[in-house]
Amino acid sequence: MRVALDTTDRKLLGLIQAGFPLVPEPYRTLGEMLGVSEDEVIGRIGRLIENGVIRRLGGIFDSGKLGYHGALCAARVEDERIGEVAEAVNSFSGVTHNYLREHYFNMWFTVLARSREELEEIIGSIKERAGIVEMMILPAENIFKIRVKFDL
Amino acid sequence: MIFNGVSGLLDEMDRKIVRELQNGLPLVSRPFKVVADKLGLSEDELIGRVRIFIKNGQIRRFGAALRHQDLGFTANAMVVWDVPEEKVAEVGRAMADFEEVTHCYQRPRRPGWPYNLFTVVHGQSRDECVKIVEKLSRATGMDRYNMLFSVAELKKSSMRYFE
Repeated sequence: MRVALDTTDRKLLGLIQAGFPLVPEPYRTLGEMLGVSEDEVIGRIGRLIENGVIRRLGGIFDSGKLGYHGALCAARVEDERIGEVAEAVNSFSGVTHNYLREHYFNMWFTVLARSREELEEIIGSIKERAGIVEMMILPAENIFKIRVKFDL
Repeated sequence: MIFNGVSGLLDEMDRKIVRELQNGLPLVSRPFKVVADKLGLSEDELIGRVRIFIKNGQIRRFGAALRHQDLGFTANAMVVWDVPEEKVAEVGRAMADFEEVTHCYQRPRRPGWPYNLFTVVHGQSRDECVKIVEKLSRATGMDRYNMLFSVAELKKSSMRYFE
């Protein structure tokens, strides 16, 4: 679904993606930057959250630097089992992303856990609960880029 | 790994702050004060700790996470590359420089899976993604790759840390 955004929305989103003011009254500061009132900023952000453009407002964390361990898992799932397998996989809170992709390995999901041991345990439980037979576990060995900011 | 507390570990307060800051900042005039009050910190102490989190890289970014499909970035492909081991760092950094590449990771090869560099590209369409990948291939000289288009997003959520 495309949401209609006006110029002020776009400018606001551009500002708060990276440069959210770390000051006691951030919405007032944003209002001053945009030439609108604090109330209008709060109203606009509220609307953008409500209609789903903003997924979350707050800290976007680096899981590795918080001590978490993660892996990308690539599973082979028969077409007729995709629904039930997705449901089982997604029921784990450590699974944050799950995509169906065009490949023999067609279900790709990420898992995060507090330790390497917990990660292995969770992946084992996922395989068992979802009935996955064929799966590659691909931990990141090097991260060259994670970009979470989009130009609007 | 970098830690904040005096003991050299993320202290209990740091964990509490992470828990609160993943809930969404309140939409009130003084949002940090609302969160600080809950944690028994002063507003300034909380803002100070958030700045340290950012400086240490534990908070990669403070602000809004967007749902990019709604903004017209409708196609995404995971592009996996078979890169000679001694070139991975160089090629990885080169690909990361492209604006259209949102993620770039090195991952292990597996039997029957020769790919060790993973990139995600976003575009307005499939064709645009293909063009981006051709550009990446030309720029880096890497020509053994596979594009895995996403057919469906089955889950996308923010991790809940320390819960």
